[in-house]
Amino acid sequence: MSDNAALRTPSQRIAWTATILISTLVFIFLITPILAIMPLSFSSGSYLTYPLPGLSLRWYDDFISSPRWMNSLKNSMIIGVASTALSMVLGTLAALGLAQWKSRFKPLVLAFVLSPVVVPGVITAVGLYFFFAPIGLTGSYLGLILAHTALATPFVVITVGATLQSFDTNLARAAASLGASPLEAFRRVILPLILPGLASGALFAFATSFDEVVIVLFMAGPEQRTLPREMFSGIRENISPTITAAAVILTTVSVILLATLEGLRRRNERLRGGAL
Amino acid sequence: MTVASLTAADAGTSVPLKRRLKRAERARQVKALALVVPLLLFLLFTFAGPIAGMLWHAVDDREVRQVLPQTVAALARWDGKDLPDEKTYAALASDIQSARAAGTVAIAAKRLNYAQNGFRTILTSTARNLKTVPEPGTAKETLGKINAAWRDRGTWTTIKGASGPVTGFYLLAALDLVRNVDGAIVAAPPDQAIYREVFARTFLISLGVTVLCLILGFPVAYLLATLPPGRSNLLMIFVLLPFWTSLLVRTCAWIVLLQSKGVVNDSLHWLGIIDEPLRLIYNRFGVCVAMTHVLLPFMILPLYSSMKAISPAYMRAAASLGAPPLTAFLRIYLPQTLPGIGAGSLLVFILALGYYITPALVGGAADQMISYFIALYTTETANWGLASALGAVLLLATVLLALVYGKLVQGQQVTGGMKN
Repeated sequence: MSDNAALRTPSQRIAWTATILISTLVFIFLITPILAIMPLSFSSGSYLTYPLPGLSLRWYDDFISSPRWMNSLKNSMIIGVASTALSMVLGTLAALGLAQWKSRFKPLVLAFVLSPVVVPGVITAVGLYFFFAPIGLTGSYLGLILAHTALATPFVVITVGATLQSFDTNLARAAASLGASPLEAFRRVILPLILPGLASGALFAFATSFDEVVIVLFMAGPEQRTLPREMFSGIRENISPTITAAAVILTTVSVILLATLEGLRRRNERLRGGAL
Repeated sequence: MTVASLTAADAGTSVPLKRRLKRAERARQVKALALVVPLLLFLLFTFAGPIAGMLWHAVDDREVRQVLPQTVAALARWDGKDLPDEKTYAALASDIQSARAAGTVAIAAKRLNYAQNGFRTILTSTARNLKTVPEPGTAKETLGKINAAWRDRGTWTTIKGASGPVTGFYLLAALDLVRNVDGAIVAAPPDQAIYREVFARTFLISLGVTVLCLILGFPVAYLLATLPPGRSNLLMIFVLLPFWTSLLVRTCAWIVLLQSKGVVNDSLHWLGIIDEPLRLIYNRFGVCVAMTHVLLPFMILPLYSSMKAISPAYMRAAASLGAPPLTAFLRIYLPQTLPGIGAGSLLVFILALGYYITPALVGGAADQMISYFIALYTTETANWGLASALGAVLLLATVLLALVYGKLVQGQQVTGGMKN
């Protein structure tokens, strides 16, 4: 503890101990639910209680052999990947444009582009429901992909924008002065440097779509139900251990995304450290 | 000669060069804007358009004028003081005849029933019993015989009030207000006045969750900002993992933990603290616990970054000037965290206001927030006007708070987190 030296008086030590104590309790509060649900998915019994009567993979088997659950996993992937791709194209272009655009309307445009994050999900969902139903986009993959792209793109604009902000434009000039064509400079100099930012943006976009449920509730037909949507009905109707198996699968995806993001962040820090 | 020609050449190119540069810069700006335009158009179609459409639904009122066009036209001339004239009755009889033929009576009945309970019966019974077009001059008498309500001024006021094409009816209803027979805005009857309570409940739950998040989040953010980076990065996982875990997973986990045979009740029973399981879920307690769990990272992260920006030199200076630790904390440290506290609290509050999934799954009937009613009126009862009006109120609250948030965060960036 670097500034333990500053903790000279007993009252400061008490305050510091209290901080550690409260924080520990909060950490337990934050992590317990996620940890508690995991072992239940390996239970051999059908009640969601401890102690477990025995261990088994029957609920995972149940998940894999259920067309409903597998279909929802497939839907989540299709919608997630498609809306990530679309939001990457739209978001990266917009971030590149916003980085160069100088205007007093820029804050206004930026606020508009980021507003889908702030507006409550139910409002966006109701609006889309009214708007898409007459043109046949409810109960379709396309409608859900478009809606999720609108929600995910702000994250791409933020992440890619932040990367561009810290990008040293002299490097692009140096490439040009050494005879690189604009395309070559982009491919060999700019792209490798902003790639971690692009990847983080893509992960954020995918996570946004993968976790979204309110719009799916309003707009998906029985064919387009995603994994969170299936969990929502599962929790409403009767909460079975198969749901905990689905929860573990979802959490595993989250952990992989988080770990990849952390790896990208570190790589980025190393690159910048090396450049200095 | 040489000098003169040089100057001339200079003068000849320098102005165009300036202009050329300006033109190039303008071209660059246009190109930059062109890159943003696809996203703007996309959001116009998938976000702004739908929301504008929802706002339009909150004031749109064309059902009655489409089904009963002649009546609406006749009522436009009515002063509303006495019963309408014979012509208006004849117009209504004719409208009802054609609406019955077109099968559109129910559309008008549904809309009028929102304004006056029981209107559905009045209109459908009239449509059923009005066999033929009444003889000229007898419409008033015939309709009055079929249903006494047609002899009531209020019935006609209701139709006039619903003649559209736009109405404040749904927006007033969302605030528990109605127009009375004389057109004055008054409080809605107690059995229909539920939305103010729902808004108050939404506000209170959001406020409670924000306060809980602040109380729990402050020490954690302080710890993370004070510890050396290695250890704080490790502890940050405890904040980021829940942040990245699916909302549905976390909500499901709380149900598993808090249900009557859940982990918490079992543990308390095993410890001998309780005999009967406590009711921890499907009530306000469950909603607050689950929402606090979901929103806590949104408090910790802004607080952490504002605390990270505070130089320890300030506290050392305060101590060297003789301030006791508590005084130094309250007068030097705490004021510098205020922008972070403001940003975190506003963010949590804004997100909590619109919550739907968590209260829907872990709350009881008395814990549903405004989003629940918006969803209910959209999909279950198809009262789109009311759903949109409630949505408009929620949207207004969110946008106002988001503007304050934007100002706050902007100020923070400018002053490096050291306002105050």
